[in-house]
Amino acid sequence: MSSTATLKTEFIKGIWKENPVMASLLGLCPTLAVTNAANNGLAMGLATTFVLLSSSLMISALRNFIPHQVRIAGYIVIIATFVTVADRFLAAYFPVISASLGPYIPLIVVNCLILGRQEAFSSRNGIGRSLLDSLGMGIGFIIVLVVLGIIREILGSGSIFGIAILGDWFTPWMVMILPPGAFLTLGILIALANWYNDPSRSKEGRAVS
Amino acid sequence: MSYFLIFFSAAIVNNFVLAYFLGICPFVGVSKRVSSAVSMGMAVTFVMLITAVVTWLIYHLILVPFDVVILQYVSFILVIASLVQLVEMFIRKVSKPLYDTLGIFLPLITTNCAILGLALFSVLRDYSFMESVVFGLGAGAGFTLALVIMAGIREELELAPVPKYFQGAAITMIVAGGLALAFMGFAGMI
Repeated sequence: MSSTATLKTEFIKGIWKENPVMASLLGLCPTLAVTNAANNGLAMGLATTFVLLSSSLMISALRNFIPHQVRIAGYIVIIATFVTVADRFLAAYFPVISASLGPYIPLIVVNCLILGRQEAFSSRNGIGRSLLDSLGMGIGFIIVLVVLGIIREILGSGSIFGIAILGDWFTPWMVMILPPGAFLTLGILIALANWYNDPSRSKEGRAVS
Repeated sequence: MSYFLIFFSAAIVNNFVLAYFLGICPFVGVSKRVSSAVSMGMAVTFVMLITAVVTWLIYHLILVPFDVVILQYVSFILVIASLVQLVEMFIRKVSKPLYDTLGIFLPLITTNCAILGLALFSVLRDYSFMESVVFGLGAGAGFTLALVIMAGIREELELAPVPKYFQGAAITMIVAGGLALAFMGFAGMI
């Protein structure tokens, strides 16, 4: 969080090096729960990014006014307000997606990813920097959700974003769209990320701690 | 629906951790030792029980009569955060040893999605007061069960030759996948 870090690194770090899901294992509940189809993953990622961006904007702007002792409660109220906004918006304009995500939209309130960024970043940095950081983290989150959703949807239903791509010869693996498929896919993805970041394989050095 | 069915469904068939993915963070974080898993499970069950009671009262006696249901997320999370704080102070006063065992886990319960999920599901399914309480107990029991089984497996796993890239979080996910698969076997029972 040093001020010498360039704006570009603030933005880039969330996408791979400090990716909220792959590197810090934050926000696992929605990651696993809603990625049975790529559509749902994308909607969840966008909703979370919206909440992350708006609460970062609010909290970094108010960071000198919120008393230190009650800061967590303050952050939670701000986050819950924006989650209500996102929830009502989805229910009004995208009722189908809202119904399939169910209670996981309100559960964005307790997504550790959002509270974690506020505590670690927005409460200590200016508005511009906080927005860049949130945008990077949000995009990193969306990428993981969509990738998980695509893998599970292809194997579990033979389609991507609801469009059938595999023919009749393919027998869908039901298990991939059920809860065990989520755990197994994420486990394999994390192992792949470990392999990619392995210092003995690449000369870049270990990125995941 | 009978109370037994609600309890059984929340604890086993629709286990909060393995079927609804609620409370994954403590499930991954605090499942290294069986003893700490039991403490965490008990603390969460306790908070769930109180949350079920209080959020039901708030929803049906305040939010609905005054027509401010839109505030439910804000009010629920505030209530949960202050409840956890109260429970923490209460346990510290009453039983110091219990406080020392639970110490670090207690504040973490606020951001455990299983607690807020419990409150949201009771509202969504329109449970009566007693049904909410039983649902809270069942969800807590299910959470404890999943956590303790996971901790047991992870204690054994320390001695197993796990492939290099699967060590840590990756193998935990694979094991959880196996557990979820096992719990799916109960799906036909209700």
